[in-house]
Amino acid sequence: MKRTILWGTIFGAALIILSFVYPSKFLINLFTQILIMGLFATSLNLLIGYTGMVSFGHAAFFGVGAYTAGVILQKYSSSVLFAFGTTIVFSALAALIIGSFCIRLGSIYFAMLTLAFNQIIYIIVIRWTNMTGGDQGLIGGIPLPPFLSTPRAYFIFTVIVVVASLIICKLVVDSPFGAILKVIRENADRAYSLGIRVKSYQLIVFVMAGIFGGLSGALMSLSISGAYPDFCYWAKSAEPIFMVVVGGMNSFLGPLIGAAIFKVLIAFSTMYTNLWGLIIGGVLVLIILLVRKGLVDYVMELVANRSVDSPKRLLSPKETG
Amino acid sequence: MDLSSLIECLVDPGCLINQTTSALIFAMLLFLIASGLSLIFGVLGVMNFAHGSLYMLGAYLTYTFYVGTSSFPLAIILGCFGIGVFGVFFERVFLKRIYAVHILYQLLLTYAFILILDDVAKLVWGYEFITMGAPDAFQRPPLELAGSFIPTYYIFVIIVGIIVAVLLWMFLWKTRYGKLIRATAHSSEMVMALGKNTTLIYAGVFGIGAMLAGLGGALAAPIRSIFPGMGSDVVVDCFIVVVVGGMGSIPGAFLAAILIGFMRAFGIIGFPLVEEALIFILMAVVLIVRPQGFFGRAEL
Repeated sequence: MKRTILWGTIFGAALIILSFVYPSKFLINLFTQILIMGLFATSLNLLIGYTGMVSFGHAAFFGVGAYTAGVILQKYSSSVLFAFGTTIVFSALAALIIGSFCIRLGSIYFAMLTLAFNQIIYIIVIRWTNMTGGDQGLIGGIPLPPFLSTPRAYFIFTVIVVVASLIICKLVVDSPFGAILKVIRENADRAYSLGIRVKSYQLIVFVMAGIFGGLSGALMSLSISGAYPDFCYWAKSAEPIFMVVVGGMNSFLGPLIGAAIFKVLIAFSTMYTNLWGLIIGGVLVLIILLVRKGLVDYVMELVANRSVDSPKRLLSPKETG
Repeated sequence: MDLSSLIECLVDPGCLINQTTSALIFAMLLFLIASGLSLIFGVLGVMNFAHGSLYMLGAYLTYTFYVGTSSFPLAIILGCFGIGVFGVFFERVFLKRIYAVHILYQLLLTYAFILILDDVAKLVWGYEFITMGAPDAFQRPPLELAGSFIPTYYIFVIIVGIIVAVLLWMFLWKTRYGKLIRATAHSSEMVMALGKNTTLIYAGVFGIGAMLAGLGGALAAPIRSIFPGMGSDVVVDCFIVVVVGGMGSIPGAFLAAILIGFMRAFGIIGFPLVEEALIFILMAVVLIVRPQGFFGRAEL
C-alpha cells in the first residue's frame, strides 16, 4: 500500500517537474489529454480487466461527468470543489441506476444493455436543450478560477486528480475486494457457490467505474472549456476499450499506456491526414488478429519469463466467450 | 408529452395513413438490415458492429451503379451482390479468426471496421452528403389515399420488404440449405461431425447477412441521404431489433422492426422529446423481463 502511494506520488511529481523543465504548450496539452483518457480507460478496466464485464456504454458516465461539472461551473457556482463533488454524486447515481439493470445480464447481453443506456443518456443530453445546449453542446466557455486558468496550472490539477484516482483504484484492486473481483472474472458461478454475492460486487465495481469515468469526463470538459454530445455517443465508448486492449487489460497501467498510444496515434495521424479512423482501425485489426495482447501485458510476460523463479501468472484472460 | 395530438392523429385518417406509411418504411428498411445481423448472430455467434457500414456501402454502391448504368433494378442487384461478395471476403479473411476468442475482441474487431469502412467511403465518395432522389421509374404522381399522398417508391419498398421476409423464412424453414443453417446454429460441431462443410455454411450465412444489409442500403439510397457514418445510428437500431425480437429469430426481427417503426412514427407525435429514447427503454424492458426476446434465442 505504501509502495503504491509512493510510486504514484513520484510519478505525479515527475510529470509536474517535467512540465517546468520542458514547457511546451503542445506537450502539456497532449499529456493533459492522455492523463484524462488514461483515467477514463482505467476506470473501464476495473470492469473489463478485473471483473470480466465488457461494458460498451462507458461513455455514458464520461458524458454525465462532463456535463455535470460544466453546467455547474457555467451556471450555478464558481467552486471547482463543489463541481467535482456533484460530479461524483451524479455519476455514482447514474451508475447505480444503469448498473442495477445491466448486471442482471451476462456477457453479450450486458454489453448491449450498457450500450442502450449509453444512448438513453445521449438522447437526454441532445433533448435537454436549455440545460445542456442540445446538439450544439455546452458552448460559451466554462469559467475556471484564476489558479487553474493557465494550461500548466490545469495540467498540474489534472495530474493531482488523476494520480490520486489511480492510487485509489490500485489500492482497491489490490485489496481483498479486488481479489474477489478477479474470482468473479474467472468463474462467476464458482464464486457464487463459495458464498460470494456476485451481483453486489459487480454493482459496487460498476458504480466505482462510473464515478471515475465521470471524473475523467469532468476533467475533460473543464480542459477544453465545453462539453459536447459526442462525449456520450455510443461510439465514444469504444475509445477506452481500444486503450484497454492495446495497452493491456491484465496490467494496472495498461490502459494508461493505451491512452498514450491512442492520443499519440491520433495526434500524428491528424497531422498528415484526416482519415485517422483508417489508421486507428487498422492498428486495432492487426493487434486483434496477430497478438491479441496489450503492450504492457506483453512486456510483463517477457519479464516474468526471464526470471525463472517468479511464479507464472495464475490469472490469464479467458480465451473463450 | 402530447397525448392530445396523438389522439387527434389517430382519429384523422390523413395523419394516420401518413404516419403508418412512414412507420412501415422505417420498419422494412430496419428489418432488412437487422434480419441479416440476426442471422449472422444466430449462426456465427458474433455481434457484427460493422453491419451498419455494410448498409452504408450498399447505399453507395447502388448510387454509383445507378449513375453508371441508369437502371435502378440493375443497380439494386449489383449493389446487393457486391456487398454479399464483400461479406464473404470479410468473413473468410478477418472474422473466421476470432470465433473462439473473448467477445471483447469480436466486438472490437467489427467496431474497427466501422472506422475503416467510413474512411474508405470518404476516400472513394468524398465527405459530402449525396442525395440520389427517386429513380426514374418511380417519378410519377403519388397515390392519394384519404387525403394523404403516398409516393409509389414507398409502396415498392414495403412490398419488397414483405417479399424478402417471406422468402427468407421459406429459405430457412422449407429448404435443405435452411435446415443445414438451422442445424449449424444449434450445434456446429454436430453438423461438422456429420460430414457437412461448416466453413462454407459460415461464409454463406455471412454473405447472405451482408447481402440483406446491402439490400437495405440499396433501397434506402433513393430516400435517405448517403454519407460516411450513416451506418452508426442504424446499427444501434438493428441491435435493438435483434435483442427485442430474439437473437437469431427472423419472425422476431420482423415483428420488432414493425413495433419500433410504429413507436418511432407515432412516438414523435405523442412524446416528441423522448421519442428516440422510447425504443431504448423498450429494449431495456425486454432484456430484463424476457432476456431471450420475443422468439427465444438461436431459433431461426
